[in-house]
Amino acid sequence: MKVMISAFIAALLIATAAPMVLNQFGWSSAEQTSAESVRLD
Amino acid sequence: MKAKLFSAAILALAALMFNPVWAQEAPTVDRTATGGAQTLEDIMRRQKQLEIDESFRSENLGNPADAAPDSSQLGTLGGRSDADVWRAIRYNEIDPTVQSPGPANKVLIQDQGMPWYKLREGPVITYGGGAILGFLALLVVFYFVRGKIMIDGGPAGTTIQRFKAVERFGHWLLAGSFIALGITGLITLMGRSFLIPVMGPDAFATLAAGSKWVHNNIAWSFMLGLVMTFVMWVAHNIPNKLDWQWLKAGGGLFTHGHPSAKKFNAGQKIIFWTVMILGASVSLSGLSLLFPFQMPMFADTFAVINSVLGTSFPTDLAPHEEMQYANIWHSIVAFVMMIAIIAHIYIGSVGMEGAFDAMGNGQVDLEWARQHHDLWVAEVEAKQGKGGSS
Repeated sequence: MKVMISAFIAALLIATAAPMVLNQFGWSSAEQTSAESVRLD
Repeated sequence: MKAKLFSAAILALAALMFNPVWAQEAPTVDRTATGGAQTLEDIMRRQKQLEIDESFRSENLGNPADAAPDSSQLGTLGGRSDADVWRAIRYNEIDPTVQSPGPANKVLIQDQGMPWYKLREGPVITYGGGAILGFLALLVVFYFVRGKIMIDGGPAGTTIQRFKAVERFGHWLLAGSFIALGITGLITLMGRSFLIPVMGPDAFATLAAGSKWVHNNIAWSFMLGLVMTFVMWVAHNIPNKLDWQWLKAGGGLFTHGHPSAKKFNAGQKIIFWTVMILGASVSLSGLSLLFPFQMPMFADTFAVINSVLGTSFPTDLAPHEEMQYANIWHSIVAFVMMIAIIAHIYIGSVGMEGAFDAMGNGQVDLEWARQHHDLWVAEVEAKQGKGGSS
């Protein structure tokens, strides 16, 4: 059971770290829609 | 035989993506009375959501070669009328210059949104949700008819290690993330229909945003778990003749027998390959959705399928259509996986005495192991006899 709980915690840690890691590599869907767009304001 | 079955399964899954209405042939229409423009019959068929051959206007885009000189009257459109230009925009047959360089921004009109939405809100939810509920009901009936599969003669009291810690970690990483993905995916797909009427739009907005975050980010754990389990177990899941014997005996589910098996029996191998193949497919379509317009893959896939099977799937897809196909495919594959995993969870928990221990603490009762994986036990004991380990 310890292994099962460790795996669940690892899944949550990976999920938490994923957006930060992706941002570091510039892999962000938000990046795609804002930075490359021309703002009209 | 296996290749034929696999092809048939792929074809069946692909066929689910298409509305039966689309399969109806569009009749030839005489448009001389309207000078080639659409007729009342076209309008009536469109209102009845029947197939229409749109080529009479999708291919009627004017001809720049017929352009009048710029110095002449009506020369500015280069031989095209306003209607020609708008038809070109309507059918995505124009190459406009846009200020925003996003991959999909050159598509000014994309008209597959409503068919996609209707497919998603209609058949996908109805058949997908119905299949899960129906399968759950079937398992309940099976449980009361067949009962729990017990260890014949009772447990031996001594145990044997079935899975190492790293194997269980990979399994639970995959399983935990899949359950989270399944629940959040169902909330995302069905929330508009089933949760907003119950909890209201404000509360659902919070739940939907949280579900989206979990779904998008825990997907990486799922993919890691998928790779881990594949690497650790693929060698044990290569089909062999023994599997056919196991399948012919129905795995002993109905005969109360115990057909021979190594580390994984044929039923487990079916689950393994279902998870691996569909897991890879759902991951690819998920990545395509996670990074919009960055990973189009359906046009190329359709081209390969067309060349192999002689089908006529569309291969000229707008970026939005790629996303729509990815979304529908992602849902269909996920539903099939959910049904397979529900069966797996059943047999690994309430359906069989002693099965959960294999993934619980890794130690299974020796008698359980002998009845369900006799050849594997013999292998382990032979190795231990030689001083090896499992």
